[in-house]
Parts: sequence; C-alpha cells; structure tokens
Amino acid sequence: MTDHHHTHGFSRRQALFGALGLGASVTFMGRAAHAQTGGKKLIVLVCRGGLDGLSFTPPVGDPDYAALRGAIAYAPEQALKLDGTFGLHPALVRTHALAQKGHLRIAPAIATPDRARSHFEAQDVLETGAVTRYGANSGWLNRTLQSLSPDRKVEALSVGAVAPLILRGQVQAASWSPGRNADATARLPTILQDLYKNDPLLGPAFARGLQTEAMAQIAMTGLSAPAQPMDGMAKPNAVAQQAAQRQGMAAAEKLGVTVANFMTQAGGPQIVAISLDGFDTHAGQVGQLQSRLSYMDALIGGLTSGLGPAWNDTVIVAATEFGRTARVNGTGGTDHGTASSALVLGGGLKKGGIIGDWPTLQQTALFENRDTTPTLDMRGLFKGVLRDHLGVEQRALETTVFPDSASARPVTGIV
Amino acid sequence: MALPSKDMQAAIAATRFGLGARPGEIEAARGDPRGWLKAQITPDGADQPKTDFQNGAQRLAEYRHQQDTLRAARQSGDQEALKAAQRERRQDVNQDFLARAQLGASTDASFRERWALFWANHFTVSATKQITASVAGPFEQEAIRPHAFGRFEDMLVASSSHPAMLTYLDQSQSVGPESRQAARAQQRGRRQGLNENLAREILELHTVGVNGGYSQADVTEFARAMTGWTVARNAEESADGAFVFRAAAHEPGDRTIMGRQYGQDGAGQARAIMADLATRPATARHCARKIATYFVADTPPPALVQRLEKAWLTSGGQLDVVARALIEAPEAWEPAPAKFKTPYEFLISTWRAVGTQPQALNQLGPTLNGLGQPAFRPPSPEGWPDETSAWAAPDALIKRMAFAQGFAQRVGDRVDPNAIAAGALGARLSNPVAKAVARAESRPEALAVLLMSSEFQRR
Repeated sequence: MTDHHHTHGFSRRQALFGALGLGASVTFMGRAAHAQTGGKKLIVLVCRGGLDGLSFTPPVGDPDYAALRGAIAYAPEQALKLDGTFGLHPALVRTHALAQKGHLRIAPAIATPDRARSHFEAQDVLETGAVTRYGANSGWLNRTLQSLSPDRKVEALSVGAVAPLILRGQVQAASWSPGRNADATARLPTILQDLYKNDPLLGPAFARGLQTEAMAQIAMTGLSAPAQPMDGMAKPNAVAQQAAQRQGMAAAEKLGVTVANFMTQAGGPQIVAISLDGFDTHAGQVGQLQSRLSYMDALIGGLTSGLGPAWNDTVIVAATEFGRTARVNGTGGTDHGTASSALVLGGGLKKGGIIGDWPTLQQTALFENRDTTPTLDMRGLFKGVLRDHLGVEQRALETTVFPDSASARPVTGIV
Repeated sequence: MALPSKDMQAAIAATRFGLGARPGEIEAARGDPRGWLKAQITPDGADQPKTDFQNGAQRLAEYRHQQDTLRAARQSGDQEALKAAQRERRQDVNQDFLARAQLGASTDASFRERWALFWANHFTVSATKQITASVAGPFEQEAIRPHAFGRFEDMLVASSSHPAMLTYLDQSQSVGPESRQAARAQQRGRRQGLNENLAREILELHTVGVNGGYSQADVTEFARAMTGWTVARNAEESADGAFVFRAAAHEPGDRTIMGRQYGQDGAGQARAIMADLATRPATARHCARKIATYFVADTPPPALVQRLEKAWLTSGGQLDVVARALIEAPEAWEPAPAKFKTPYEFLISTWRAVGTQPQALNQLGPTLNGLGQPAFRPPSPEGWPDETSAWAAPDALIKRMAFAQGFAQRVGDRVDPNAIAAGALGARLSNPVAKAVARAESRPEALAVLLMSSEFQRR
C-alpha cells in the first residue's frame, strides 16, 4: 500500500516538475542530506500568547500550588502524573503516553532573558535568540542552518502561511500550509520564474515554493493511506467533548502526519518550525487551555505516528515566550508572567528528571512576588539540543546561533 | 528631494497610498496627485460599509441571548437550534467582512479607506474570541471610522470603551479588588478582581509603545484606573451590550502612572490618563513610525518619521494633520516600491484592477485563510504584521498564484489584459511585465501574469 502511494506520488512530482520546467536537476532531489546528518531531525513548536507553565506541567505536588491557583488548580488525580511533583495537563494524553516510554523531559522554570512581559518583545527574543528585542533580525533556527558545515545540506520548513521569525534569515527556508494547490499544468510558473529572475526576494522564494509544492504532492498522498495504528496509546476521545474540538484535533493529527511525511522523504526537511497560538489566557483559562492543548496533543500524536521509525532520531521542543502569573487573576485566568515550562520530546532521549531546578512556589521564591522564577535560560536548552542532537559546533553556537549567550551554558544529558 | 514625474506620482498615489488603481483612476489623479489624495481627507471620517444597521451593543446583546439559547439547547440536546445560532453569528461576521471588502474594491477614495484600515489594525480586536466575533465589524464602524481624521484621543477612548475591545481584552470582567462589587462577591463566596490585559495593551500597543517608559507597577495602576469600564448586562442595566461605567466595580483612590498623579473620580480617571497618553511624545513616535512603515517602507526613512511625529505633537494628535503631513512628505514618493501587499490588500487590488467587486465571501475568505490573514481574525492584539518578511514566504507565493489562476479563469475571458495592466500600474508598469502580459497564451494567463508580477505585488 505504502509503495503504491509513493510510486504514485513520485510520478505526480515528476509530472509537476516537468510542467514547471525545473527538470530533475532540482537540488533537493539529488541530495543525500539524510545520510549526511545521520537523519537527525528537529521540530520546534512555538507556543504563542504566553503558555501558562503551571497549567502545562502542573506542579500538583508543590505544597503552595493549590492555594495560589485557586479555582484553576488541577487536582493531583486530574493531572497526568510525571513524578512526585509534576504532572501534565489532562488534555495531553498522547504526550503522556510518550512520557511513560521515557520520550519526554520537562523544563518547568525556563525563560528567555527578556523580562518586559510583552508578547511581542518576548516572542522576538525567543525566536531571534538575542538578549533584547531587535537584538537580531534573523531567527536562531535560520542561523543554525548557516552554521552547519556546507557539506551538510539541511532543509528547513515552516508550517503555516506566515513565515515565523525563528526561520527568517539568510538561508531560504521552505514554508508550507495545507490548502488549495496551484494548477501544475499551467505555463504560469515558468513565466513567473522568468519574470522574477532579477528579484532577490520573489525569485528565490517562488522557486522554493514550487519545490515544496512538489514535495507536498507526496506528503499529502501519504495522508490518504489508512490511519496508522496508535501504537497502544490512549485515544484522545476522552478530552474531545465537542464536535468542533474533535474536528480541530483530527485536523491537527492530519497536519502532524503530513509534516512527518515531508520529513521522511529523501531530501525532506530535517528542521521544522510550527506555530501554535491562542495561549493568551487572561480569562476563562481552564476551557481555553483544554481546547488548545488537545490540539497540540493531537499534533504531537500525528507527528510521532507519521515519523514511524524516524521518531528515534527526532527531537521536538515546545517553548513559549513567557509564563503567566502564579496567582489566578480576578477573571479566572492569569496575566503576563515570567518563567514557564518547556517540553523536550524524542524517541532517543536520555533518562533523567526535570531539566533545570524547580524554584518552588513559596511566596518568597516567586519572581517579583508574582511569577514563577526562572532557573534556566531558554537559550541553554536550545544550545544543548542543537549541540548534542544536531551536532552544531560549540563555537558556532556561541558566535553565530546565540551570540552573547555565554551565561547560558548548553544543557547536557538530554539527547 | 525631487518628486518623480506627474505620471509616476499619479501611479504612486493610487497604488501606494491607496488600495490599487481601478480603471481610469490613475488618469483621474494625474492632474494633481497630492491634491487628489488630500481631497480624500474629510472631517466625517472614513466611509461606512453598507451593512444592515445593527450596532455593537445590539449585536453583543444578541450574542449573549444566543449563548443562553445554546446552553438550553445543549441540555436538551437540540442540535438544530445549536447549529442555527452558530450559523446566524457566522453570517453576521461574513456580511460585515464582505461589505468591507466591497467598499475597498469599489471606493474612489481608497487612501481614506487604507487610512481607516491602518487604525482598525492599530486598535486590533479579533474574532478569534467568540464573544468578539460578532462585534468586530461594528467596532470598526463605531470606534474607528468616524474618528479616522479626528483626534487620536477620541479614537483611543472610543476603542477602549467599545464592547468589542472590552470583551476581547477582558476589561469587561475586571473588578477593583477593593471595590464595593468585589466585597459583595466575597460575601457570596465568589472572588472577583483585576485583569490587566487591556491596560497593558493600551500602553504597549495603542499609545506609548513597548519602550515607552512604563513599568509593571504602571500597568497595574492603569488597570485599577480602568476598573468599572465594562459592558452592561440585561439584569442590571437597560442598555444591554453597551458600554457602561460601573462605579461599584471601580477601584477607589488616586492613581499614579508614569510619574503623574490622577485624582479624578470614576470613569474620568482612566479618561484623564488616556488624554495624557494620547499626546505624549512616545505615543507620537510610536504611531508615526507605524504609519510610515505601513505606507512607505518596512524600515521607513527617519526624516519621514520625524515629520509625522512633529505633525502629531504640534497638532495634539489631530489625525487629519498627520495624514496631510504624510502626503506632503517627499520621502513617501520614492518611485521604487518598498512595500509588499498584505493578502487582503492583494485581493482587494485584484478586484480594483478589473473594476469589479467580490460578490460573496467565498470568493475571498478561503484564500485569505490560506494566506494566513483570515477575515477579522488577527492572531493577537498586535494585529496583522505589515512587513514583507511576514507575507512573502514561499508557500504564500504559491497560494497567491493559485488564487490568481482561479480569479483569472473566472473573469479573464471578458477583459483586455493590456488595458488592465496599464490602468492598474500606469507609469509603474515595466517593459518585461507589459511584454509578458502581451505575449501570454490566453487572456486568463495574461491577467494572472499581471496579478503575480513583482510590480503588482508591491506598492
């Protein structure tokens, strides 16, 4: 079945390329990128809006947790247990199944160097890897591509119609989102390539888009294959109360499988950035997070099932620009805070406890008597993953990828 | 700085300042391009889209009523009632958006329209939040368009007190911790308190900007001053869904924000703070920079930003004065286009180019979704990004091409592509593009080439 689909997809791709006048010399077709990097893959989930760490990985065993959180606290039996202190949000069912196999580590008190509690400033800092807003005009994932040695051709892909800052920069990354396909039999792509040939922006971007569109034919074809068995994982139905949410989760699962299909193609992207939004929960936080984290859980489930054996060579990092206030606010939500929680997932993680220290929620331990205190610099986590998983050299990490980050030492022992 | 030729000025007036030229428009602007733009500055503000008149308060009241119906329907398992209520709300939002797109596609004052769109995005409300969805259209009509060429302070107050903004940024639920209302709630065993979301975004996004010199303490103080600004509820007030100042929810006491003290009572306290914020130099700088970025270049010429800032400060934030300063500024007339159209601007300009307007939401809604700019749904209070890098991703170009192909298939057989190219771009039409249009295999192909050309994608 799979072979049939691949054959079909390949012929579609060839047809498309023929029509586009690109021929078989298009770069990614001939690349042995997979072999050169040992097939290591990295997926970064950027959670936008300030994901509340105390709900994402609730420290239900912390003695001050329940009192601080009041009505939005999760009971110890609601949280999906990780260890004596931490659990996962109840919506993260499939993520929890991965944790039980040793495929998950959490960093429960992590933050970027930014302290302004502004979404946009903090997102810039998270994605540029700089110390301040406007500290860099390219994203650290893009600079990672630049710093990998030239014989290691690594492809990167952002998922979504809008290119996220994390992948913007000198190296042209691909971008893709589900939607209507262009008419591949038309002459228009060829005419436009000619018209754009002296346009430094549209020329390369359009060529890149055509390549990815060809790849999408294969990835989407993989979609129509029968659903993968869920590998003994719990089905997410328990958290999907409403039809809309079920639909959203089905779409997220599909998206995960499609992106995984991109990544497992020869010459497919090894670095992927996906944005998830809707985490700005000033009011009615419990319901909002149930829905958004269900979506994330389904996406992670789709990615892992779609990657198949390649999951063992894959790391997913989920991070957010800042956490939220430790105390519940007056409207059943939380306001902008400081440290939050990050997840590291992968089929080949080393065993270990939480990443970084837990500062506790004692009043004297809170940052400005308000937020979870950061114990770990976000850049240290990223640097550790880039070094130990992708093999980025330490020198490049300190100079190109994360300049001015000497104080944020790479976290060791994750991969 | 010498201005470009009259032909080029006319093309710039219609494409850079406006939403793309309709047939004959560049010709109409040719005699006096600056005068043509200035004539669009009218004291009444921007035009109103043609929608069935139902104001924001009525819409919000209706939404709440629907929610009650839905709760009952859920309990009784009445799926049809559920679906009907949801359909009705979607239709409202769709009609609002279609009416706005039709106005954009057909107006002969498209600078006025873009100026209004700028301010609507500056004061973003988003239908990503259910309760805000049905009032996003009325928000633009009531809080933004009437004040488009008036005082910024009035627009700030109008937006901050509109039910759409009050619900979108949670202000409607914020209660002073020491207020009478909080005390009453506590007696009933419930907790009510502060939500600082709107106060923070007014400082960070709407006025002085993220580097405007405020602290966390200022945000919290401003949030206290804002308590009481909320939306009326049927049970207690007659004007369900409208703005109301609820004195019982207001945090008592004087406030000090960014070094200034405010002793006013009640709703006047936040109003006084807003009046100060509207004319602060940091606000002038923040807004001047955004306007210059929106109309001229991702990295705007500093001289242009300074001109706009000065116009703001000397006029006390009169937006008609700022708009005239933009039109007068020589830096805004640089012939090389430096801006890449957002998806909405791209779509609207395609209809303008052929002189028609969209007839149904499904002609543009799915494309906007695919391009990452869904109708009335900016992802955050910061609004839509405006920089090239956000919109010129490889995937976006492929999706623009798919739209251009489909659009050209629908209308391309009935038009003269060469005339459309000349009418849409005027002096900005380059030889290679004119040739590619002329040499195309079919009329639809010619039109698609024009729409996808670098000149048409940029302003």
